[in-house]
Amino acid sequence: MRYAETGYNLEIDLSRGNIERVETDPKLTELHLGGLGTNAKILWDRVPPESEPFSPDNLLIFSTGLLCGTPAVGCNRTIVSTFSPQTLLMGYSMMGGFWAPELKYAGYDKVIFRGKSPNLIYVWINNDKVEIRDASHLRGKGAVETAELIRQELKEPNTQVAAIGLAGENRVYMASIEQGRSSASRLGIGAVMGDKGIKAIAVRGTKDINIARPDEFMELCNDVLKYIQHRAENPIKNVEPIFEGLGSPQEMKIIDEKWHTTGFMWGNARSRKKDFWTKEVEGKWRETQESVRTRLISCYNCPMKCGAIISVPGISTYMMKCYSKLTYTMAAHSDLDFGFRIAQRATEYGVDGFSTPQVMAFALELYEAGILTDQDMPGMPSDTEGRFYWLLDRIVRREGIGDVLANGTHWAAKQIGKGAEAYAHNNIKKHEQLPLKLGMLNPVYFLMYCTGEKANITQIEGQFPQEPFPTREAREEFVKDWIQVPDEKFKQYFLDWEPRGEHANPYYPTVDMSVDIVDWQEKMHYIDDALGTCAGLSSFPLKPPYHIHNYPAFISSATGIDMDEAGLTQVYRRNRNLIRAVNVRRGLTRADEKPPEDHWKKRFPELEQKLLDAYYKFKGWNNEGIPTKETLHELGMDYISEDLEQRGIIKNG
Amino acid sequence: MAKVKKKVKVIKIDLDKCNGCRACEMACSAFHAKPKYSSNNPARSRIRLIRDPLRDVYLPVYAGEYTKAECSGRDKYVIDGKEYSECDFCRASCPSRDVFKEPDSGLPLKCDMCEDDPPQEKPLCVQWCLNDALTYEEREEEVEEEVKPEDVEIGLDSLIDKYGLQKVMDSIARMSKKE
Repeated sequence: MRYAETGYNLEIDLSRGNIERVETDPKLTELHLGGLGTNAKILWDRVPPESEPFSPDNLLIFSTGLLCGTPAVGCNRTIVSTFSPQTLLMGYSMMGGFWAPELKYAGYDKVIFRGKSPNLIYVWINNDKVEIRDASHLRGKGAVETAELIRQELKEPNTQVAAIGLAGENRVYMASIEQGRSSASRLGIGAVMGDKGIKAIAVRGTKDINIARPDEFMELCNDVLKYIQHRAENPIKNVEPIFEGLGSPQEMKIIDEKWHTTGFMWGNARSRKKDFWTKEVEGKWRETQESVRTRLISCYNCPMKCGAIISVPGISTYMMKCYSKLTYTMAAHSDLDFGFRIAQRATEYGVDGFSTPQVMAFALELYEAGILTDQDMPGMPSDTEGRFYWLLDRIVRREGIGDVLANGTHWAAKQIGKGAEAYAHNNIKKHEQLPLKLGMLNPVYFLMYCTGEKANITQIEGQFPQEPFPTREAREEFVKDWIQVPDEKFKQYFLDWEPRGEHANPYYPTVDMSVDIVDWQEKMHYIDDALGTCAGLSSFPLKPPYHIHNYPAFISSATGIDMDEAGLTQVYRRNRNLIRAVNVRRGLTRADEKPPEDHWKKRFPELEQKLLDAYYKFKGWNNEGIPTKETLHELGMDYISEDLEQRGIIKNG
Repeated sequence: MAKVKKKVKVIKIDLDKCNGCRACEMACSAFHAKPKYSSNNPARSRIRLIRDPLRDVYLPVYAGEYTKAECSGRDKYVIDGKEYSECDFCRASCPSRDVFKEPDSGLPLKCDMCEDDPPQEKPLCVQWCLNDALTYEEREEEVEEEVKPEDVEIGLDSLIDKYGLQKVMDSIARMSKKE
């Protein structure tokens, strides 16, 4: 019997309309766990690096994490992996919600799509019965609307549906995959789903998920529940409200947006409004938020309430989470009411709430600069809010200038020319980043921005505070119950980190400390993404219930696989190197590993190079960021070095 | 019949506090797995969350008695502007819907308040509901003594309703020979 996992994948060839249930190799679970780890293995093995993202050879993998569907609290993530049309590298995006556990209960760990369907279809997975069904009647429908229509059509209210909207159908590079209150939004994976002709995947499952050592496992789950309660009663002190508790940022609950509205940038990641947050704004925004927020909601098997049902009078109800509450508002220099309204349309269209508003603000900057003209924007309204709706409608339909903008700021700027490239200023690896511009270089963040395979900081950071605490006393209090540190030395790093002086950014944390800290943060994200644990209970917030000390017991009691901290670290290193190898085989080089030029005002080129050198060395990579033969050998992945050698990426000898 | 003092176990359900996570379903099914916690499957749960997010319907319902016939209840309730069907509140394991039945055998399920030895402090669904949508109360009441049918009896009853007494008896006779 297989424990925690089902041991089966669904392989769907869309070109031939063939569906197979394929048993998986348990050895791969031991080596990579599941989720992102085994997704990367499949992409390495089966997609040649020459394959274009929009080619039948590209795979689109919907995976559960190893612990999804078990009682492990908050393990509900769907990890979607493919090659991104925007970055041309491995694109992986994840979503919470209810879809992954349902797939497990239906009897599958992953759904792997290959080929392309000639017509728009949706897939209906009902335990052992799997069908490819016509979706021509759903063409052009909103993502939320599609899920509702499918549930009605199937007469199965408990079906979980992941769907794309118009943006995905039209292969917009910012297209998301939407599912209830969750979405896999980054890196254009919704465009790949649309390219394959898949409108939606509906799942219903009523089978068991087994646990290897039940009593031990349940005790661990109970400990997590207790710790969540403990953290609710003991918010972190000396930090902004947003960092106090667990979960993904509590944007739906919190009204106080001083930190975002005065610290983050408005427009096309351009201007800060240091005095924006006044009593008057707070009062107005409170009224807006409380009047549209019907209920705070969660994902499967999680006591947090990171999402909300949003009902704005006059438009359809939808669900929201996290920072998309403010991305449209701030990109358009508008207010919260506008943000909630346009996000409804954006959710139905199925677009990424980070990239999309930036693309629109970018277009308006180009218009103001005379690079785009009235000829490019025929009939565009005169007010910014009206222009946002106008642009959004055109982008998702790829109409006129929308067809250019639909490829994101990097590619749009290249196509527009006339100096437009200077306006696509907030990208890493061609992908739009958080609208954040800061003063002094932070060495830890520098490394994460440069080297993160996900090209999205919120999926890399966590664990270690973003800023030093003002007093030694406050720092001492913080480290007292910091049980999550993998090693006591991290407490010292934090204790000695000062806001100013010798022990301050950019030279403290030192190069070696920075590498250590980044490695810890990355490790936790990689483990979460293999297990399907929500980062909100693990790698993202300070002092989470899951950490490197209790994870091995979770994994071994759930699956029966022997696991300790050293073994788990080895799995993490294997997955980290595997994804790096997938990307270097597609052409990723050191030259790509840089933050947006203007991310920090104060830059330190020499220090930055030292940081990258040290990071690569720590990882066992050469100076170009490519895993060495020795490193790959130690991790049991000689097949990768052989391939990279054959391609001349690793030089022999 | 004699009057006896009885501990009445009550689960209080506060719909406004429900965040829709379905941990109650998961925990229930894990507790009732054999051996305990060895598997979980919300489809086997004796509590079900009737959930319709876009209409803000979040309604946990517990499995009650098995019934062999559908009732005529098809009325609609509108509470606070939200529409519920009469069925939504019903605890019965009945032929008109697929909840509160074992997914493989179709046998009826019923909430037993997680009877356990040693007893649980409160039912598992309540333990796992950190949002206090489900809370547990006990009170003493004087009630008439009654003999309650056991799980096996309820299960057999439903099989007899479906296949007739003779067929069930024949099957049991045949199966006992095999053993």
